[in-house]
Amino acid sequence: MIEEAPAFTPVTLLTGFLGSGKTTLLRRLLGDPALHDTAVIINEFGEVALDHLLVERLDGETVLLGSGCLCCTVRGELAATMRDLHSRRERGAIPMFRRLVIESTGLADPFPVLSTLRADPVLRHHFRAAGVVTTVDAVNGLAQLDRHVESMRQAAMADVIALTKTDIAGDEAIMPLQARLGALNPQAPLFRIADGPLPVNALLAAGRSPFKAVGEPDGTIAHTKARAFSIVVEEPIDWSSFGVWLTMLLNRHGTRILRVKGLLALRGEARPVAVDGVQSLVHAPTHLERWPDGDRRSKLVFIVEDLDPELIRRSFAAFARLGRAGTAALASADGT
Amino acid sequence: MCALCGSLGGDEDWTDAVAREGVFTRNDDPARRRRERARRVEVASRVLKLYGLRLSDWQGAAFLLATFTGKSEIVGDLSHLWAAAERLTGATCDPLDPDVLARLDADD
Repeated sequence: MIEEAPAFTPVTLLTGFLGSGKTTLLRRLLGDPALHDTAVIINEFGEVALDHLLVERLDGETVLLGSGCLCCTVRGELAATMRDLHSRRERGAIPMFRRLVIESTGLADPFPVLSTLRADPVLRHHFRAAGVVTTVDAVNGLAQLDRHVESMRQAAMADVIALTKTDIAGDEAIMPLQARLGALNPQAPLFRIADGPLPVNALLAAGRSPFKAVGEPDGTIAHTKARAFSIVVEEPIDWSSFGVWLTMLLNRHGTRILRVKGLLALRGEARPVAVDGVQSLVHAPTHLERWPDGDRRSKLVFIVEDLDPELIRRSFAAFARLGRAGTAALASADGT
Repeated sequence: MCALCGSLGGDEDWTDAVAREGVFTRNDDPARRRRERARRVEVASRVLKLYGLRLSDWQGAAFLLATFTGKSEIVGDLSHLWAAAERLTGATCDPLDPDVLARLDADD
């Protein structure tokens, strides 16, 4: 029987700061039977040997198109490597793979990889982002979050965080690090992966974790300019004004909005709608079957860098009022 | 096509997602799609007029953004609207600008 490739191959991005244990995690993942049909793209061969059939080396280079349009930021070599993998799979020149893992370099920003998946006219018909897994080193993670903006951004953009080296770090290092990560990215589940079996399914399900509202007061992170905060809205949201507002916000401040996730009660829609964005890239909104609990208020969680949450809340409210006025005018014009 | 960079087969914008299983979009029905586009034009126009711009639907497939003096540009979707507005006017379209928020509040 000829095996068919999935309509959309899920792509997991594995990122994490230098020396945080990405390759060790990747090696463990590839040893799991669940990943037997996984292709891997890595940036460089490190000290940890990977014995795997489908490892492609990538010497990445970011290509920003002349217009500077952020949605079209494409990592040229990544796109070429993925197209080549896809083409060889189609021709049967390599074994069938049903999942792709991309391991980025320790200093990489996840955004260009995610953007490549969306912007490339071939790839976007065959691959789908399946989440960002970020490794954080339990020994050095706290200092790295403080000192290296790359480390902070990788953790902030994560869908799931894998805490490494917990076997050699004491609780005095692990507890404050977990608290910091929880404040920086409250949406991302966190797993200690050094001891015990690897939570493979949870890591691969990154991006499909249930939505969590951020408790108040704000999760402001000391010593950094990054913070997580939420907007909770009692009244149903007008989708049109929300789109106008968020596109305008991301156009001007997208580089400083590391994550935005929301569960929205929209006017005219019975079921909740989930939105999920990384910087100026927002995934197609999903229509959920039901609310996760009895709380049916809209909730948006932002992780921002050097932006004032109060100003964002005020701006959201101003645009929501515009939406209410617009809806009323149109309704009267429609005679509805 | 991405209106900004001219790439053929450009990005699928989240505000205009193609109807498929699990995805929320108002492109799943012609009437809903028309109504949604009309609402967007109305809401966005109330912001754009602060910058001396007006917006209209262009053949149900894109938007026509124009200055009051007639300089215009076609934009594919909301995500490309604001960069085009900034190009046409030379202004910064910032929804966090307190002056902009005050003017929007006054317009209520």
